[in-house]
Amino acid sequence: MIHIERVNMSFGALHVLRGASLEVAAGEAVALCGGNGAGKSTLIQCVTGVHRYRGSISVGGFDVARQGKSARRLIGYVPQELAFRDEMRVDEVVRFYGALRGLRRVDVPSVLRQVELDGHARARSRVLSGGMKQRLALAIALLGEPPVLVLDELSASLDVDGRESFLRLLVGLRGEGRTVLFASHRPEEVEILAGRVAWIEGGRIVERLTRSGTAAGSRAVVSGQATKEIDHVEQLATA
Amino acid sequence: MSNNWPRPEPSLVTVWVLARRELHDALRSRWFALDTLAFVLLGLAVAFVSGSGTGEGLAGFGRTTAGLVNLVTLIVPLMALTAGAGSIAAERERGMLPYLLSQPVSRWEVLAGKWLGLSLALSTAILLGFGVCAMAVAWRGGTSQGASQLLLLAGLSVALAIGLLGVGMVISVVSRRTSVATGLAVFTWLLFAFATDLGLMASTLTWRLTIQSIFAACLVNPLQAFKLWALDAAGIPLDVLGPVGQYAVDHHAHSLAWLAAGSLAAWAIGPGVIAAIAFSRRAAA
Repeated sequence: MIHIERVNMSFGALHVLRGASLEVAAGEAVALCGGNGAGKSTLIQCVTGVHRYRGSISVGGFDVARQGKSARRLIGYVPQELAFRDEMRVDEVVRFYGALRGLRRVDVPSVLRQVELDGHARARSRVLSGGMKQRLALAIALLGEPPVLVLDELSASLDVDGRESFLRLLVGLRGEGRTVLFASHRPEEVEILAGRVAWIEGGRIVERLTRSGTAAGSRAVVSGQATKEIDHVEQLATA
Repeated sequence: MSNNWPRPEPSLVTVWVLARRELHDALRSRWFALDTLAFVLLGLAVAFVSGSGTGEGLAGFGRTTAGLVNLVTLIVPLMALTAGAGSIAAERERGMLPYLLSQPVSRWEVLAGKWLGLSLALSTAILLGFGVCAMAVAWRGGTSQGASQLLLLAGLSVALAIGLLGVGMVISVVSRRTSVATGLAVFTWLLFAFATDLGLMASTLTWRLTIQSIFAACLVNPLQAFKLWALDAAGIPLDVLGPVGQYAVDHHAHSLAWLAAGSLAAWAIGPGVIAAIAFSRRAAA
């Protein structure tokens, strides 16, 4: 469903991605892990077409660089940092992004209910907390039921309770057959949600670890050829 | 989960969705309120000043129109340039642009939507300003003679605003911060409004430019093109502009409107294309 091949991207002289390659099959959930500045968010933003890059990325068979609009139609995206226009009310935000996704009518109450934001429809976006904005972004990402969910630091702004309900929702969505690619620092998120872990370092995907490898501490497939002992998924996040 | 994904909307529908949002936000913004209020107050002041000595307080439509030409030449470009300059830079600075571009929209749709929405907002501000002036003149018993000229000036003012909006958007696309974009917009306004006149005077003296060259140089400046067109349309003798005005009357009496319209159209389209190319190459964040 997501095909990333030899992607290079730089901000001026700073090379952030250096030939990153990754395959995500339909219905699969892949966690993108790595240290700060490894290139997780940049790779995710390349998938959503925000950044220009060299190499090839396709989503659902649509080339992100040349058929970006069609590719993004298949993606629901939750960014790490969220910003909505301060004066817009929550229901206006949902309707606006729904219209951009080609939806003529949006059932705002039910959209907000699924992310537990019902009751906040008339609130201005500037008064929302970080966690509420993140849930609003998830509500927008789910508009039109896109087959692919791309999440950057998926629960960065959520408290413990909020994170749990957010993860439950995502596990349910994954169970519906959606393809999920997410960047995360949190071992519990990776363990609960990911079927596979891709480790990014220095702008390259250096390891692709199966869920069994991450969770059970058994041998994991690395780079398709070599193998590496991973004791626990926490090592992935803290290495 | 549904297998029937919504089909990609035709581009114009997406442009309209973005334009409507931009218009809605602009109408609720402080810049729109301040610009409209300033335009109305200055327009009323011009109407009063134009009518001083007539004993009626306010001038009629014809004199008000003549007085408004200079006001429009100064105020409307500033409104258009600053509005355009804030469009992309503000969204980039507040981190909203990457999120918008991650939606199923293309960059040209975002730019076109913002251009259309801001064009409509500027047109609303200008027409409100002219409308209030017209109502004030009519209320004080101004004759309807010249009302069509005021209407025409309103239309030309909208054309001037749209002509310069693209320039503001080029500034916005290449600026990372709103403050920088606004500063560049004001600098550009100063260039158009004052520096080009001074430069032209200096060039004329230094290089002994022919009157044809000076006329051509005036047409290249959208503010001067607007002024020539507006005065001509208002029936005000162009010789008030000096030798260039006289040359325009003598040699381009029938084609002046087309030449000025061409200049404004070029300013509307050219910078718009440059903004689109620059936006397609610039980083979103």
